[in-house]
Amino acid sequence: MTRFLASLGRPVLAVLAAFGRVTLFALQTLRHLVTPPFYLREFGVAVLQIGWFSLPMVAMTAFFTGGALALQIYSGGSRFNAEAVVPQIVAIGMARELGPVLGGLMVAARVASSIAAEIGTMKVTEQIDALVTLSTNPMKYLTVPRVLAATLAVPVLVAVGDSIGIAGGWLVGVTKLDFNSATYLANTRDFLEAWDVGSGLVKGAVFGFIVATMGCYFGMNSGRGAQGVGAATKAAVVSASVLILAANYLLTAVFFTS
Amino acid sequence: MIQLSGVHKAFGANRVLRGVDLSLPKGQSMVIIGGSGTGKSVLLKCVLGLVRPDQGQITVGGQDVTQGDRDAFLARFGMLFQGAALFDSMRVWENVAFRLLRGPGRLPKAEAREIAIEKIRRVGLKPQVADLFPAELSGGMQKRVGLARAIAANPEIIFFDEPTTGLDPIMSGVINQLIREIVVELGVTAMTITHDMTSVRAIADRVAMLHDGLIRWTGPVAEMDQAVDPYLQQFIHGRAEGPIESVR
Repeated sequence: MTRFLASLGRPVLAVLAAFGRVTLFALQTLRHLVTPPFYLREFGVAVLQIGWFSLPMVAMTAFFTGGALALQIYSGGSRFNAEAVVPQIVAIGMARELGPVLGGLMVAARVASSIAAEIGTMKVTEQIDALVTLSTNPMKYLTVPRVLAATLAVPVLVAVGDSIGIAGGWLVGVTKLDFNSATYLANTRDFLEAWDVGSGLVKGAVFGFIVATMGCYFGMNSGRGAQGVGAATKAAVVSASVLILAANYLLTAVFFTS
Repeated sequence: MIQLSGVHKAFGANRVLRGVDLSLPKGQSMVIIGGSGTGKSVLLKCVLGLVRPDQGQITVGGQDVTQGDRDAFLARFGMLFQGAALFDSMRVWENVAFRLLRGPGRLPKAEAREIAIEKIRRVGLKPQVADLFPAELSGGMQKRVGLARAIAANPEIIFFDEPTTGLDPIMSGVINQLIREIVVELGVTAMTITHDMTSVRAIADRVAMLHDGLIRWTGPVAEMDQAVDPYLQQFIHGRAEGPIESVR
């Protein structure tokens, strides 16, 4: 019995310890975020890498998701004569949920992996040690610019994704489901509230923070060799994705349940 | 200048350093030799504060390495890493000028670039190399750029971690000669770790042998061949038989 309890307790303790280490890492990042020096060039490069270069992927994901959502709502709604709600549900669904969650997950796949692989390789090749010997704090130089860039860039990606997703729904609605274009757009505009969009942007900021923090944490703690970097990359993507989904539930519960 | 007293360091059950005592006077070049995995790199990283010793004290110029302003302390050092550790997202000159472009005493970009090119020339590379990326250079050229970065801010102390590993004999000779010239020319205190005996004879004023977490032997390089320590003799002559186990 004791052995059984110990075998249960060990992984629980390991998970709690890992959670504690990630939390401390995130708090350290926040502390360095508000204390100089600030590396503006690295921040600019990170915005470009995380934000600008993720745009095509997020845009395509949102476009196809918006289109598929319109088809699904039309098909499901037809069972109880509610086909007309397609514009409203597409808009609300994209802004509140699918825009931020799918955007966050796509950025996690692209950015958390690349950050973890880049920083992990830097660690393995002693570039992180070299930074320290050159009087440069790796947390400030590598982590802070990426976390700040992701926290600011992902909401912008979400906003773009929302717009393109709604456009995808409109295109399918107008070309395949016989909606009148002006009516579709009017319904979208009339039913979408500012907080629908705002809550999605807040989610995007939280997801961006999670993605970059996980990428940096696992990169900084990468094991030796190609296998170590590979494991760090995988752990960064998996943990960022799971945390995004968990954070999405918590934020939705906070924002939309009274 | 650099003093280590009773330095211990373990990683889990692996006791890498078991009470290292070592002294390196100012302006001298010491080479630490020893087999792979004997803790030479850990020793160097302990001095730099990259690894915190479990026990013992390390002082540089009388200052405890764990006390005081870290940036000011690290500004006294230059380091050439085993694989050069160049930042591959930056051009060669930006790597060399990294310290000059950052921190409280940072220089204007043009001036830093000029100094970087001068250092690139000093290590025997053409100025055109300055605008290349590290991935476009051979291993020997990367080592030279690493050396240029180590001397860019005129440090008092330079560490060399396996400076000739992975290089052909001619390039190894070039690097050894450059290190010796730079140490003499700049009057710096140098600590090198290697198991390349050609490097030892080219670079060292003094030699220390690390084995089993302890300094087995230390003395001037001229006395190394006459020393009676069987561990040292086995190592410098590369014999399979002797007190050092050949299968580790």
